This record gives sequence, C-alpha cells and structure tokens, in this order.
Amino acid sequence: MIDVSLLQTAAAEAVPVDYWSTVFVFVLATFIGLGVIRRVSRLLYTPLMSLTNAISAIAVVGSLVVAGADYPRVIRILGAVALFASMTNIVSGFLITDRMLKMFKKQ
Amino acid sequence: MTHAVAQLAAVVATALFIFSLHWMNDPKTARHGVVAGVTGMLVAVLATWIQPEIVHHGWVVLAIVAGFIVGVPLSQVPLTAVPQRTALSHSFGGLAAGLVGTAEYFLGLTEHPAQLTAFRMSAIVAEVILGFLTFTGSLMAAGKLQEVKWIPQRPVTYPGQNVVNIGVLLIAVALGVLVVVHPTAAWAGGAFYGIVGLAVLFGVLLIIPIGGADMPTVISILNSYAGLSAVAMGFVLGNKLLVTAGALDGSSGLILSIIMCRAMNRSFTNVLFGAFGTVQKAQAIGEQKAWKQETVEGAAQLLEQASRVVVIPGYGMAVAQAQHKVRELYDQLTKRGVTVQFAIHPVAGRMPGHMNVLLAEANIPYTALVEMEEINPEMPQCDVALVIGANDVVNPAARYAKGSPIYGMPIIDADKAKTVLAIKRSKNPGFAGIDNELYVQDNTWMLFGDAKAVVGDLVKQLAGGGGLH
Repeated sequence: MIDVSLLQTAAAEAVPVDYWSTVFVFVLATFIGLGVIRRVSRLLYTPLMSLTNAISAIAVVGSLVVAGADYPRVIRILGAVALFASMTNIVSGFLITDRMLKMFKKQ
Repeated sequence: MTHAVAQLAAVVATALFIFSLHWMNDPKTARHGVVAGVTGMLVAVLATWIQPEIVHHGWVVLAIVAGFIVGVPLSQVPLTAVPQRTALSHSFGGLAAGLVGTAEYFLGLTEHPAQLTAFRMSAIVAEVILGFLTFTGSLMAAGKLQEVKWIPQRPVTYPGQNVVNIGVLLIAVALGVLVVVHPTAAWAGGAFYGIVGLAVLFGVLLIIPIGGADMPTVISILNSYAGLSAVAMGFVLGNKLLVTAGALDGSSGLILSIIMCRAMNRSFTNVLFGAFGTVQKAQAIGEQKAWKQETVEGAAQLLEQASRVVVIPGYGMAVAQAQHKVRELYDQLTKRGVTVQFAIHPVAGRMPGHMNVLLAEANIPYTALVEMEEINPEMPQCDVALVIGANDVVNPAARYAKGSPIYGMPIIDADKAKTVLAIKRSKNPGFAGIDNELYVQDNTWMLFGDAKAVVGDLVKQLAGGGGLH
C-alpha cells in the first residue's frame, strides 16, 4: 500500500508495478463516484464540495511517507509542506462540512 | 504484517469514503457522512504512520500540528466566505500533489533511476502539471473571491490571450514528453523545473480572464483538477486508495461543473477561454419603459394578502447580509398562513449550492428551498414573486435575446407570477432598467434600497401593522 517500491533494492526494482490494475481501479472508482455523486441532494452541493475536498486530502498518506521516511532532507521538507497542506484540508474540510450540515433543519 | 494492515486499512477507508458520499443524498443522513469520512481518514493515516519506513516522527507531528493550527480557523469562516475557503483548499490539494510529484522525481533521479519508467514518469509529469496549475489557479480564484487588492476583480483580457495560454500549456506538455523519454538526461532536472514554472504560470493565466459570475463553474472545474492530481499521485506511488479517493473527488467536480455550465448554457471551453463579463454590452430594448416604484407599506400589504409567495434570492442578498431579515419576513408571512418558498437557481451565489447554505444558516427550513425546475411550472400560480438581489437569473431576455450574453440560460420564471416585487440597490434606470426588462413589466413593482434595510422595513411593517389593513 505504502510506496514499498521505493525501499526495495536495485534487484527488486526490475519487478514491474502492476499499473494496469491501478488503471482498472481508477476507471471503476470514477464510475462509482459518478453514480454516488449524481444522487447527492442538490441542497448540499456546497458541503459536498468541502467533504470531497477533505476526502481527496487522502494525499496525506503519500505526503506522510515522503516527509517521514529516511530520505534526503530536501525531499523530506517538500513532503512536510505537502503533509501540512493536506492536513489543513482534512481538518478544515471535515469541520466546515459538519458546521454547514448542522444548519440544515427541517423545521 | 504491517503491510497487510495498510492494505486492509485502505480497503476499509475506500468503503467508508463511498458511504460518506452516499449519505449526502439526504440532509437527514448527511452528518453520518462526515463521521464516515473522518473514520476512513483516521484509519488510513494511522495505518500509514505505523509502517516501519516512517522514521522521522517529529517531522510528521510538526506538519500535522501546523495543519490543525491553520485548518481549525479556516473552518470557522463566515458562510459568505466559504467559496474562497473552498478555492484555497483546492489550492492546498494541488500544492501537496505538486510537491510530492517533485519529491518523487528527484528521489528517483538521485537514488533509483531505474524506477523512472515511462509510465511512472508520465504519472509524475501529470501530477506536477495538474498539481501546480491547480495550486496557483485556485489561489487566484480565492484571491478574486476574497477581493484581495492586488488581484484584479474584473476579467483581464488582451489580444491573443488564448494563444498565449494554450502555448504555455503546450510547452509544459512538450517538456513533459522530453522528460518522460529521457528522465535521467543531464538537462532533465532543469526541464522538470521548467514544467513546474510553466504550470504555476498557466494556473495564473487561466484565472485572470474570469469574472465573478463564472466562479461557480471555475471552482467546480478546479475541484475536478484537484481530484485528478490526487489520482496522478496515486499512480506515482502505486497507491490505490489515493486513486479511488481522487477519482471520487474528480467525478464530483466533473458533475458539478456540468451542472453549473448547463445552468448558464455555456460550455467548459467557453467558461475557460470566453472571458465572460468583458463583452457584456447592455442590449437596448426598443423603447425604454419606466419603473413603477412601490412603497414599503404597499409591498407589505401585497405580501400579506398573498396566499403563495416565492422569494428569489441572488448573491446581492448575501452581499447585503440580508438573510436573517429574510428569515424574519418568512416568519411573519408563514404566521399569517402565507405559503413562502425560496426558488434557488443553480448558479445563485459564488459556488454550487451556496444560496442553500446561506439560507439554512438563517434557519430557513430546507423544505422551503425549491430548485428552479420544480418551481417554474408553478410560477403562474404564485401571487407574489419577491426578487432579492438577483438579476441575470430572472432576466426574461435569456429566453429570446440572441445577442445577449445570457441568451439560452435557464431562468426562474419570476415574470410569470401574478405580481413581482423586486428589491434593487441602484435606482439608476440607465443601468439596470435596460438590462432587465422584468423590472419594467406591467406587473412589477420596485423597492429601492439596500436589501437588508428594505426587508427589515417590510418586517417592521408586517409586525407593527398587525393583521389585514
């Protein structure tokens, strides 16, 4: 799951990563996304956008590896900034989504 | 062992994210969606953090704490500022993708050149271009929405603009192809910086010709780009969770962009390369008719004698901060047995769904908010249409005036109501009088003044006046 390939030795590098299965996942996930999003209540498009913002900040797991693994310092600085940016999106995205959703009342 | 945990966590997180979006289909269940999303995120982050290759925990903690310090205040902005917060967060998403892509390239270049296969390099180049153009483009959009002084609010256009924009993007892509083919050449590092620079520049160039009315579409398109840059990051890292979550975000942005474009009868290319707002020349209507002005007393009487009132709010209502007064008006009228509904145009406000959130904040029940397609067939039965701070979305010229920039845009049929009351800030007939013929219709009565003040006066009139006159 984590970018294991980076940590492998030169011998292991020859093993091809299965990109096609990732392409497969991408296509299926897009169709699921289109299906699910199409049914989202039109009232909630603004919170939907802040929620998907927060969810796509799952990039945090990529940033976490770059910031925390035993890489050269410059690389880790880039990773730490990316981690900070993703974390900001997660925190503000989920909090503001909930804050807005609380306002939608029936009566 | 920990690797298996990470795989399992990714599967669980994916399922939770899908549920999270699924629960957004109804305001009643929507808050479960947040719980599911947060849980999925926690599972994914913890499972990554416990991996043995993470050794610099101090760095991780520091970045996470900084994210909280900035993220918490950002979540407390007033709801009128939600569009710029959203744009800012697309920008952060793009930045994260761009930086990770850059890090992966130089890591490969210095330590594992064999890993820079054509496929992986293509993913890195896509990630960096998408990431950095989303970063600066969204930053510009956020600046325009926040009305930051040094970013021009008006669309900035110049001859040959589209040629320049597309040229910049093409050069970036061409450099990208070179780097994909020769990732370890002596010049490749320099070319890579060139790609980053051009993507940063392209993001700025893309947004400067865009005006306020197009922001809902632009934010949606940038949302899609932010999602796609996360997908590209997933390809670079071989991480399927990133690909899935990015695809969900990307498809959400895509659907919202399509809805916004349809609501304005425009295409993607027209929004991005059409520079709306600069060519808007007022269409002269044959003869200029005069306004008919109504007094607050008269308007209040019209409203309380109606059995069905449809309020059509526009961004002007939010600018005047009139939502809470509108809520008081809603209370006064419903107390008298008047049915009050709010007709919401898809592009009302500065981002998709913005108007709904602004009205919900003012405690207006969401059951009173009605979409354009649902309310339009019922407009002839509506006694009073009350237009507050809306203009283009009720302009009948959209139906027939071929030369008009809003021609073909679906509108709320306010003109078909028995009586129209329109609150307008500017009294200048040379400006809006020609622009929008709704205001000079036989059954339209104007109320001039700041939306908040006028609605406040209406409320006072209704509260003070008691029952029927």
